[in-house]
Amino acid sequence: MNLAVRDIRHNAGRFVFTTVGIGMLLMIVMGMGGIYRGLIHEATLLVDRVGADLWIVQGSTRGPFAEISRIPATLEDRVRAVPGVAQARRFVSHTIQREHNGQPLRMVVQGLSWPEDHGDWVPLVAGRALRQAHYEMIADQSLNLPLGSSIRLGKDAYQVVGLTRGMVGTGGDGLTFFTVSDAMAIQFDQPGEATRLERAARRARVENMDLGRLQPLLLERAAGLSGGIPALAPPQVSAVLVTLQPGTDEAAVRRTLGTWPDITVYSTQEQKDLLLAGMVDKARRQLGLFRVLLIIISTIIIALIIYTLTLDKIRDIALLKLIGARNGVIGGLILQQALLMGAFGYLLAWWIGQYAFPHFPRLVLIEPSDLVSLAMIVVVISTLASLLGIWKAMNVEPNTVLSA
Amino acid sequence: MKQATDPIIPAVEVTHLRKVYGSGHTEVVAMRDATLSIAPGEIVGMFGPSGSGKSTLLTAMALINPPTSGRISIGGKPVMDGPRALVDLRAFRREHLGFVFQKANLIPFLTALENVQIALEVNDTAPKAARKRAMELLDYLNIGPRANNLPVALSGGEQQRVAVARALANNPSLILADEPTAALDGPLGRQVMELFAKIAHERQAGVIVVTHDHRTLDVFDRILDVEDGMIQSRIP
Repeated sequence: MNLAVRDIRHNAGRFVFTTVGIGMLLMIVMGMGGIYRGLIHEATLLVDRVGADLWIVQGSTRGPFAEISRIPATLEDRVRAVPGVAQARRFVSHTIQREHNGQPLRMVVQGLSWPEDHGDWVPLVAGRALRQAHYEMIADQSLNLPLGSSIRLGKDAYQVVGLTRGMVGTGGDGLTFFTVSDAMAIQFDQPGEATRLERAARRARVENMDLGRLQPLLLERAAGLSGGIPALAPPQVSAVLVTLQPGTDEAAVRRTLGTWPDITVYSTQEQKDLLLAGMVDKARRQLGLFRVLLIIISTIIIALIIYTLTLDKIRDIALLKLIGARNGVIGGLILQQALLMGAFGYLLAWWIGQYAFPHFPRLVLIEPSDLVSLAMIVVVISTLASLLGIWKAMNVEPNTVLSA
Repeated sequence: MKQATDPIIPAVEVTHLRKVYGSGHTEVVAMRDATLSIAPGEIVGMFGPSGSGKSTLLTAMALINPPTSGRISIGGKPVMDGPRALVDLRAFRREHLGFVFQKANLIPFLTALENVQIALEVNDTAPKAARKRAMELLDYLNIGPRANNLPVALSGGEQQRVAVARALANNPSLILADEPTAALDGPLGRQVMELFAKIAHERQAGVIVVTHDHRTLDVFDRILDVEDGMIQSRIP
């Protein structure tokens, strides 16, 4: 005869309400684990998908995600000349926040190295990859930009030709893919007046120099397009992505590139480690501490409820002792109740999570291994929570049943 | 084969039992020098005013209140020598003793049937056999039709009969009842007392009933008068 189940049936209301409470707490514990997994997944998604063997970034920086990296776009041509390099691509990545339909819209702008890279590696759920060098974009569904719609960014409008799902940046903002030149145009866009003022300033500076006064052509150049001034820095990109030829010794290529003082080279794994160590680690520790606190709170709640249920049936326990019930029967009654409470709470947490987590603004990724580890934690905390009740029950004298 | 000359082994035998609560200024002698023997099949009524030591003696024989000195043997087996237990008391209670109290003390979340069944299951009876035996006992006590009711749905008399069934579950050699009819009206109280007498005589169990109800004197084979921690035995 299972005494635990019969007692629960008798105290169904209290058991159900407590279990719901425990279930909600466990759902938050589960959700926090899922948020952490989601953070890692989102942070490393692009690095995983972009398919680069090496990331070349600005020297002595940990870019382009952990910090800003600026390198000349022409670096890709130098890299192509290194033995063992199959492909070098410019990579531009920056986050912008604009207004769209009266709402703020944050997006991560990714530049694809046109014409080598059309974005064929981007997993599309609708539409197609880029087909022209300008004014097309691929957007994530989380941005709510329908296929075929246009959005003005800077001086130009871009049409959404492809949609992805779940492609977000480290901050949870949807990814958008443009050609590198469009991405740079968006990044460095400035109002016409600012351009005019900059040109005037350049002309004024040159006019104040002997060379400017002697060379009228130089004055014209200074007041013209910035691209027409060779002395100015070439266009900057965030990184250059390197794909190696099959069978190439990666270490050898890295040794070669390592002699270039203006750059730093990272492997894909190193790039992921930088992301996780720098950007996700604090969030991980924060979520981890919250999880620990919630688990402690859950343990205390289960312990208090089990203790109260034990106190309620202290005479019944005394009677069981009087009629000769072994400690195992009495301890089992209390332990089973705690385990059932934990188990039902856990199942409730999982069930509610199925419906609740998809509505969270950021990805909540529940891995089977996390479910298993949480189940084990629930078993442990339920067992610990039952100890107080078991201790109380073990100390009950059988003659308690004779007291009024 | 049992010989006619074999001595009868008492259901319970208490020798020079003394029980003192507290010490020094707070010392209270609850039982001075109690000696008694109850034969199998004998029903004994224990009378006495409040504080006379009845409950002390009963709980000592129930093995839940160890004496300060003296010996207790149940079914011929020494079980207590002063405060020292000579056997596993809980196991011994399980196998040899049955209890009935002023209140039925049924477990509220178990049905009448389950309240009896649990006493059998804690004594290692298989659940199916325990259920069958519990049902037989409830039928024996004319409460079979109420077997699946929770205690809250039973009358006081019905609850007390379930408690009696529970006490009988493991065929105890000694049944101890502490004012079992106090919560019952006159006719019902007598009915329960007659039931104890029937059990004692039919099942050859020793039955000791603590009571204040002198209207049921005729039910007992013997009366124990307890006063100031002393016992006197008489025939009703």
